[in-house]
Amino acid sequence: MESAGGISQKFKDFIFEVGQMTVMLGRAVRLIFAKPSRFGEIIKHMDFIGNQSVGIISLTSLFTGLALSLQVYLGFKIVNATNLVGPTVALGIFRELGPVLTGLIVSARAGGAMAARLGTMKVNEQIDALDVMGVNTVQYLISPRIVAAFFCMPMLTAVFDFVAMIGSWFLCVVLVDLDQAVFFDRINQTVSLRHIMEGLFKSAIFGIIFALICSYKGYNTTGGAKGVGEATNRGVVISMVMIIVLDYFLTSMIRTYYLLTGGVM
Amino acid sequence: MSEENKTPNQQPSASNESAVKMVDVKKSFDGKEFVLKGLDLDIKKGSLTAIIGFSGTGKSVCLKHILGLFAPTSGKIEVLGRDLSKMSKDELTRFRQEFGVLFQSAALFDDMTVLENVCFPLIEHRRELSMAQVEKIAIEKLESVNLDPKHFAKLPSQISGGMQKRTGLARALALDPEILIYDEPTTGLDPILTEMVDDLIVTTHKRRPGTTSIMVSHDLYAAFRIADTVAMLDAGKVLLVGTPEDFYKSEIELVKRFVSKGIKH
Repeated sequence: MESAGGISQKFKDFIFEVGQMTVMLGRAVRLIFAKPSRFGEIIKHMDFIGNQSVGIISLTSLFTGLALSLQVYLGFKIVNATNLVGPTVALGIFRELGPVLTGLIVSARAGGAMAARLGTMKVNEQIDALDVMGVNTVQYLISPRIVAAFFCMPMLTAVFDFVAMIGSWFLCVVLVDLDQAVFFDRINQTVSLRHIMEGLFKSAIFGIIFALICSYKGYNTTGGAKGVGEATNRGVVISMVMIIVLDYFLTSMIRTYYLLTGGVM
Repeated sequence: MSEENKTPNQQPSASNESAVKMVDVKKSFDGKEFVLKGLDLDIKKGSLTAIIGFSGTGKSVCLKHILGLFAPTSGKIEVLGRDLSKMSKDELTRFRQEFGVLFQSAALFDDMTVLENVCFPLIEHRRELSMAQVEKIAIEKLESVNLDPKHFAKLPSQISGGMQKRTGLARALALDPEILIYDEPTTGLDPILTEMVDDLIVTTHKRRPGTTSIMVSHDLYAAFRIADTVAMLDAGKVLLVGTPEDFYKSEIELVKRFVSKGIKH
């Protein structure tokens, strides 16, 4: 069993790391518009984080839509409410599953690669080489990754939402023979653009979080190949946990916003 | 060995002006133990100085202070007449263009070709140049280190260790730096490659009068063979600074031991 001192030290380390990450985020954001422009790097990372994730996001979202719709259909059939399968699935996908699952998948794929790439650069002295060449490494390595993740995550979430709803439509209309008009009408009545935007907003925040955590872990790697492995592992695991934890707080924050502004959830 | 390399220690180009001046530099990472314990070092402009010492004596830490990567806990460091402690982070980043560093691992960017690696510092800092001009300079630098043009389009992983060192040196020379730093350039290399790198250092130094070369090494043979000034560190302080002859004549017990044991570290 861990001693109180050990737990206290771990807590201190955690607070220290959060502080360091906040400082890094502050510097990265401040340097986004600094010269020289890193537009080319941003595009390169957007291709990696966004474009190259479309396949895996499409595949997972299709089956998420199918599986979720099947479960909801089976449950709602008991109470004779199968006409509500479409909107229930749509709300679940747009507000929760879309951003969260996209965040988890992309942080595992792109975040892991980010931490491993930066970790390898660190242990092979490539980051030191950039430093002594007079290149601002935060501006060159971190800022473009955060910007790319910030813009790509909502786009990938939109892809997730769209393909998951195709999966839902396929199950409801083609496989279990629900009425197509009812399926779409119910969705139209229940779901608004605001619900979609809510998910896209959350996913943009998740993008910043996983890019920051994985970049930070990679950038601060020590200890050779073993260190790279550990940095990658920690970066991905912490990102995933943070996405799930943050999802709750963001949802609560959005709900509070709606309540304060007199909107309907 | 070429005629040019046969008498490397007779370097007439060193002036009385200091390129690097470290005065009573102390460094502690944890506030308790000091890695540098009052280090005084004066490296003259145009000299080829070797910093030697047993492992763990503070050679690399000393080097990182010269590069401004570490700030001293106390003491003063002047490089090319400028006090590093009075520079902002951004000023320091820009100032590092005055350095060219050849790392122990060459630290080439593994996703760039040989030519792209040498072009990189020019693209970063000579933005007024066209891409054709950048490539022309990079090719000149690669040719100056005798790298065969057939390797220019290869990735670092596709060339030998010796070629990687040559590429690393060409990249270090790209911006025509005032100070060239060699960080353990021959560690882990076979004797033939070691001699090749030593000759390359001497040739490069001779071709660039006025450039200060600093080599950090525990290869005593190489240090005595190529450097005109040798500084030996021990326990975070400078034990002896002088010519190789001064070391052979020294009565300091540790120096005598180091000289007699040669390169066994």
